[in-house]
Amino acid sequence: MNAIKYVHEKLSGNKEFPLFKAGDNITVNYKIIEGNKERIQSFKGDVIKRQGVGHTASFTVRKISDGIGVERVFPLYSPNIDSIVLNKTGHVRRAKLFYQRTRSGKSARIREKRMTTETTTATE
Amino acid sequence: MKGIIGKKLGMTSIFDPGGRQVACTVIEAGPCVVTQVKTQESDGYNALQLAFGDKNEKHSNSAEKNHFAKANTAAKKFVKEFRDYSIDKNLGETITVEIFTEGETVDVVGTSKGKGFQGVVKRHGFTGVGDATHGQHDRSRAPGSLGNSSDASRVMKGVRMAGRTGNDRVKLKGLKVVKIFPDKNYILISGSVPGHNGSIVLIQK
Repeated sequence: MNAIKYVHEKLSGNKEFPLFKAGDNITVNYKIIEGNKERIQSFKGDVIKRQGVGHTASFTVRKISDGIGVERVFPLYSPNIDSIVLNKTGHVRRAKLFYQRTRSGKSARIREKRMTTETTTATE
Repeated sequence: MKGIIGKKLGMTSIFDPGGRQVACTVIEAGPCVVTQVKTQESDGYNALQLAFGDKNEKHSNSAEKNHFAKANTAAKKFVKEFRDYSIDKNLGETITVEIFTEGETVDVVGTSKGKGFQGVVKRHGFTGVGDATHGQHDRSRAPGSLGNSSDASRVMKGVRMAGRTGNDRVKLKGLKVVKIFPDKNYILISGSVPGHNGSIVLIQK
């Protein structure tokens, strides 16, 4: 798929993200356009899914807002994503954490993975 | 009319200026060589014959070689005629993707993927017969009645039945040109395009 790679290199270039996976707690700062004004809103929650490869990849973030579970799917290379901040690395045994949907409160906690600090930035 | 011959390379999605994801197909279109100019006087109609894709010389016979030699080009794999071409081109000149502009709507002609022998549900969108439960069985993908009874005593011509599906010429109209890469001869067209990756498509307007 050289042609498709070429297209994405030309159009979206490479963006830098922290290396995150399912179970991690992240904050996504994304741009919202209201009329002519542009502002940044943040969405903080646990990543429950990473999907796809290359420039069409996406991820799902789940958070509990006022006792109600809210999920948002973001395309990784969306120009509307201003930045992604990695808050916590989670210790999970699965790549897709859909079981979180049936859980709430204490049982929905994700154990934090402790590790030595290293640079976790990578270009994907 | 204007048009070009191309090769479907695959699908992906890109972001439009509003940040919305748009599915699109990458097509390598041209460069095509004009190998014959047909005119009203000589042929009874106006058309341009375009050729696309290089071919190994040992696979072309002398008739082909001489035909392409008139246009001063090597033997080509695909030759297609476009009637009443709106751009004036002479024999031997090339046509590139730059005949299209971004945002333009075009028609794309291709050969759909062959699906083999298929039943009426897939082939004609029938919904099968009766219920899935209540004691019924083996009828959920059946074609049902083929027509009338004793008055006619035959099946009418053209009744839709199971059979070979796909591998047909399909034209999709009104697709948008999302992006053009003239240096690589790539053209991005919104949505899907008939055929498998690597198949030949015509982009025309």
